[in-house]
Amino acid sequence: MNDSRDLILGRIRERLGRSAANAPTAGAAVDAALAAHSASPRPPPDVDLVAAFRTRSEALSSTVDEVAVLADVPRAVAAYLAEHKIDPRAVCVPEIKGLDWRGAGIEVEARAAVDHDLVGITGCFRAIAETGTLMLCTAPATPATVSLLPETHIAVVAAPTILASMEEAWAAARAEFGQLPRAVNFISGPSRTGDIEQTIVLGAHGPYRVHVIVVRAA
Amino acid sequence: MEIKSMHFKSRASAKLADVGLQHNLKKAKGKFVDKRRDAIADFCAQGGDFEALREAGKDLRNRVLADLDLWLEKFEANATARGATVLWAKDGAEACRLIVDIARKHGVKKATKSKSMLSEEAGLNQALEAAGIQPVETDLGEYILQINDNEPPSHIIAPVVHKSKEEIADLFARVHKKPRKTDIPEMTREAREVLREHFLSADMGISGGNFLVAETGSVALVTNEGNGRMVTTVPKVHVVITGIEKVIPTLEDLSLMLRLLIRSATGQHISNYVSVLTGTKGAADLDGPEHMYFVLVDNGRANLLAGEFNAMLRCIRCGACMNHCPVYQTIGGHAYGWVYPGPMGSVLTPLYTGMENALELPHAATLCNQCGVVCPVKIPLPELLRTLREKQVETNLQPLGERLALKAWAWVAARPALYALGTRFAVRYLNWLAGGRASIQVLGAAPGWTAGRDFPAPQGKTFREMYAARKRK
Repeated sequence: MNDSRDLILGRIRERLGRSAANAPTAGAAVDAALAAHSASPRPPPDVDLVAAFRTRSEALSSTVDEVAVLADVPRAVAAYLAEHKIDPRAVCVPEIKGLDWRGAGIEVEARAAVDHDLVGITGCFRAIAETGTLMLCTAPATPATVSLLPETHIAVVAAPTILASMEEAWAAARAEFGQLPRAVNFISGPSRTGDIEQTIVLGAHGPYRVHVIVVRAA
Repeated sequence: MEIKSMHFKSRASAKLADVGLQHNLKKAKGKFVDKRRDAIADFCAQGGDFEALREAGKDLRNRVLADLDLWLEKFEANATARGATVLWAKDGAEACRLIVDIARKHGVKKATKSKSMLSEEAGLNQALEAAGIQPVETDLGEYILQINDNEPPSHIIAPVVHKSKEEIADLFARVHKKPRKTDIPEMTREAREVLREHFLSADMGISGGNFLVAETGSVALVTNEGNGRMVTTVPKVHVVITGIEKVIPTLEDLSLMLRLLIRSATGQHISNYVSVLTGTKGAADLDGPEHMYFVLVDNGRANLLAGEFNAMLRCIRCGACMNHCPVYQTIGGHAYGWVYPGPMGSVLTPLYTGMENALELPHAATLCNQCGVVCPVKIPLPELLRTLREKQVETNLQPLGERLALKAWAWVAARPALYALGTRFAVRYLNWLAGGRASIQVLGAAPGWTAGRDFPAPQGKTFREMYAARKRK
């Protein structure tokens, strides 16, 4: 806290005509707005959330695969890596270290990512059909760097966690965590830039490729 | 940032004569406009109502501004409860002092930066350098400008829109000391590799803030490159520098503002990365900053509250107004002479830096209202520009010649007989100049005016003469 705090807030209060008389009413309105969490106009929810999520993810240059159950994920990852001639070696978030990676021939370390990691595998808290977006939340078992530093990011998404819009995802986060995790990262396709002559290039500072594996079973 | 807005006319003329710049501007011109239009069409096809969204965005921003003191206090309390430190700066200089102090306190030698227009207002990079701290811009566009001897940006979301690939290729070859590349993906990879080193070795990350969420005490960052995530994840200190007007109430409100901002700015449905960051890393977390600071900057904002320019504080810095502005499209951003170009810049520059420092900017508009029509929060930009023009007249800021000419005209106009004589003479003179043609190619009294267009010649006599003739019939 510093001197300018009082100066700036004083200036604002003076301009707004804040007084002891109107402060309580305004304060109550502020608290009511915070409690209401009212949503603004938005597009109607898609009928088939998984299909909409898939179409919009692909439009963002992500690739999408579907498997029946969680246990199928390591084999699907191995197939993707083989197809793209990428070494079967990856860093994964501790949250999903229990899968049988070795059985699928992939060497996986569960930790935060470092610069030389080429493949990062994460889960996904919720996904959003409206925009084809992944919502990743940080926690000790889900470090942020795994979806950021490697050139390839593979995300495992359970079909029932695909929601219509960001508003539903916020409600889910409130219900699950109480308070917001340190970082909530919404990821929509590989990193990109259009700074040079408005030409879109994939792979600016983050991943060049985002591959999503949707797990159909609950 | 140094203010050069008082030289607008001469700078604009120079930009018009710059063949390379004109070529680059023409190339970029339609892209933003088309992408925004397509994105909004897609949104409507999805069943959305973009106009209803704009109205909701305007209402939301107005509600926040009406109780800005209370929302800022909420934000501060919630951010502090999560371990962040909230500091306040009355101007750019104080913001620089605070951030240099933070850097010194944590022994910072290098700071990576994600794009922040407010840091341009404050001249933060120069302040950090003077204190022996190396600032590294990491948005590709801002990085290109920084290695080109700290050139100022010409657009708030596409800072190097004025530069061609060839110019950037020359710059990379010179600065990176590597073979010259002209393939844009290869150039991007080269910059990625250079910047990756900086990301990993910086002790502090500095970001702007697209929005501050009062409910949670969070900052929301919108980027495509991932540099915003890098500077807020890897270094041990994260500093947010942002304006006091950026606060919004809830996470639901953030969702609304994102739908508006992103479509208006880049014509995407969603940017690659939207990060909502709250507080410092937990004891068991494997990554994230140990220290988080917010520097909330006034720098002229509070003075606009509840006055005739209050609507300008709704601005969410999308750049749609400049993308659609015929003046901006013709001269680019540098001619405007300060941080913010285009219509929003022509309003903000005189308000933040002083009317006398930007006399010509409120006139650098055709008032065609393209900017007003596309603004995601419905700021009546032409109206604000007109109000600024009125202020200039009220405070006698217009050039003496113009003031005298208007006084002379008013004096004549108040004397009907003299006025009639004057217009009769003027019409005959203009008819003589036109020599029977419908327009005049070179106007003797104002040759500059006819340099790029013809002056329409009066048709026949004056209105008064024709009216009198009809009455006689």
